[in-house]
Amino acid sequence: MEIIKTEDLRLYYGDFLALKGINISINDKEITALIGPSGCGKSTFLKILNRMNDLVDSVKITGDVYYNGKNIYDKKVDVCQLRREVGMVFQKPNPFEMSIYDNVAYGPRTCGIKNRLKLDEIVEQSLKKAALFDEVKDSLRKSAMALSGGQQQRLCIARALAIQPKVLLMDEPTSALDPISTSKIEELTLQLKKDYTIIIVTHNMQQALRISDKTAFFLLGDLIEYSDTERMFTKPQDKRTEDYITGRFG
Amino acid sequence: MGDNKLSRKKRLFTIILKVLMVLSILITVALILWMIIFVLFKGLKDISWHFIVSKPSYINESIGIWPNIVNTIYIVFTTIIVVIPAGTAAAIYLNEYGKNKKLIKIIEYASETLSAIPSIIYGLVGMLIFSNNIGTSILAGCLTLVIMNLPTVMRTVQESLKTVPNSYREGAYALSAGKFRMITTVVIPGCIDGIVTSCILAIGRIISESAALIYTAGISNACKNYFSGLFSSGASLTVALYVYAKEQGEIQVGYQIAAILMILTFIINILTVKIASKLKKRRLS
Repeated sequence: MEIIKTEDLRLYYGDFLALKGINISINDKEITALIGPSGCGKSTFLKILNRMNDLVDSVKITGDVYYNGKNIYDKKVDVCQLRREVGMVFQKPNPFEMSIYDNVAYGPRTCGIKNRLKLDEIVEQSLKKAALFDEVKDSLRKSAMALSGGQQQRLCIARALAIQPKVLLMDEPTSALDPISTSKIEELTLQLKKDYTIIIVTHNMQQALRISDKTAFFLLGDLIEYSDTERMFTKPQDKRTEDYITGRFG
Repeated sequence: MGDNKLSRKKRLFTIILKVLMVLSILITVALILWMIIFVLFKGLKDISWHFIVSKPSYINESIGIWPNIVNTIYIVFTTIIVVIPAGTAAAIYLNEYGKNKKLIKIIEYASETLSAIPSIIYGLVGMLIFSNNIGTSILAGCLTLVIMNLPTVMRTVQESLKTVPNSYREGAYALSAGKFRMITTVVIPGCIDGIVTSCILAIGRIISESAALIYTAGISNACKNYFSGLFSSGASLTVALYVYAKEQGEIQVGYQIAAILMILTFIINILTVKIASKLKKRRLS
């Protein structure tokens, strides 16, 4: 089942064309990895899907992006509602300077949930889903800044899950983390696949191979190749894909 | 041999620099300590409780500064509750909403120029605008001080807004927060330090201000309650210091007021820092 589709999607930073007409269709409850060298537009593409690029003044977008069949760049679309359904985890863990509890409860509170018991439950469930609950259950009131980098990133995942999104965008979520934390997050991602559609930007080819169902290879603003991960890594169709995944450039 | 000479030169240079640094620290500390001790010693030498808590009386030929202490507190309080919210709001607008970069630059430049203008000019403007319309009163003085402190408060808060990482703003947006919620929950708590700093700076400037107050708030020594006090003339401690020392030749009273001012500033600053750390802790509980 297709959940996200783009048609001839172009993005300009001022005069610079950063995405040159992307056509892609992303399936529900799968992990899609976006790979490619730095500056190829994969993070830019990711941020289009929950309209985070709106925050950059010089950005202009043409073409269509459909989420569940609806064009998200339509004037009538409520951006906050969109971001409620399409959550995001960033490259660097960015918990707020609040307690662990308040971090996770931030989203639900934004959506207007005030009931204490309900919040308690959401926080517990979200932390459990992010495989963090056992580590922090006795220190929910302590500052999130005291957690380790890996824990902070899982907290950010829990925080994103707390508003019950359908899609989770992850922008190189492990690039700032050590190997053990990385493998924890990868494991977690595989578990989350059951309930969420995950789109992950990664610089790490092994990671894409380990966790993703489909892989999209970006180069200089073009989508070069998009297919099942296994196929892409064993029988790449395009010479440039092959060069990239075998490490000839990057 | 040459190398040795060079390193010896370098070492000598380092030692000279170190000596100069220590010297400048010593001079700074010594000056500050000397001033504090001198004023406290001279001022507190024969200060009496009666001097602090009584009104001046021509009949008894006694001087008391209670009205001036009360007026000072009125002035600080009134000015702060206006200038801090206004300055913070202006800073937030400039940093978070303002789109016109040129206009922002002009406003920043103008506010920097304003904060360098001598306070007597603010006094003059305040007299013409406020005192001529609502009468010479503490309120007119406060409004003058608000204008005077607004640029400093705005700039201080603005600088601290710039230190709130953008990743926090992105994080809040990604969790479906609107702009207003993002600002109230993430940006303002993140710059509370800057707000407190600007508050302390402003309090310092307000307490020590005399030139801008003489024309606007007047030199009366009557003691009133807050609301009637606002609309009548009243001298702050610094104004009283000036009047007693310069116009009545009571130099000793000047020292005593200076000592009281110092202690008052100290207490208010400590309170501000305490309140700020309370605010921070509450967010984590």
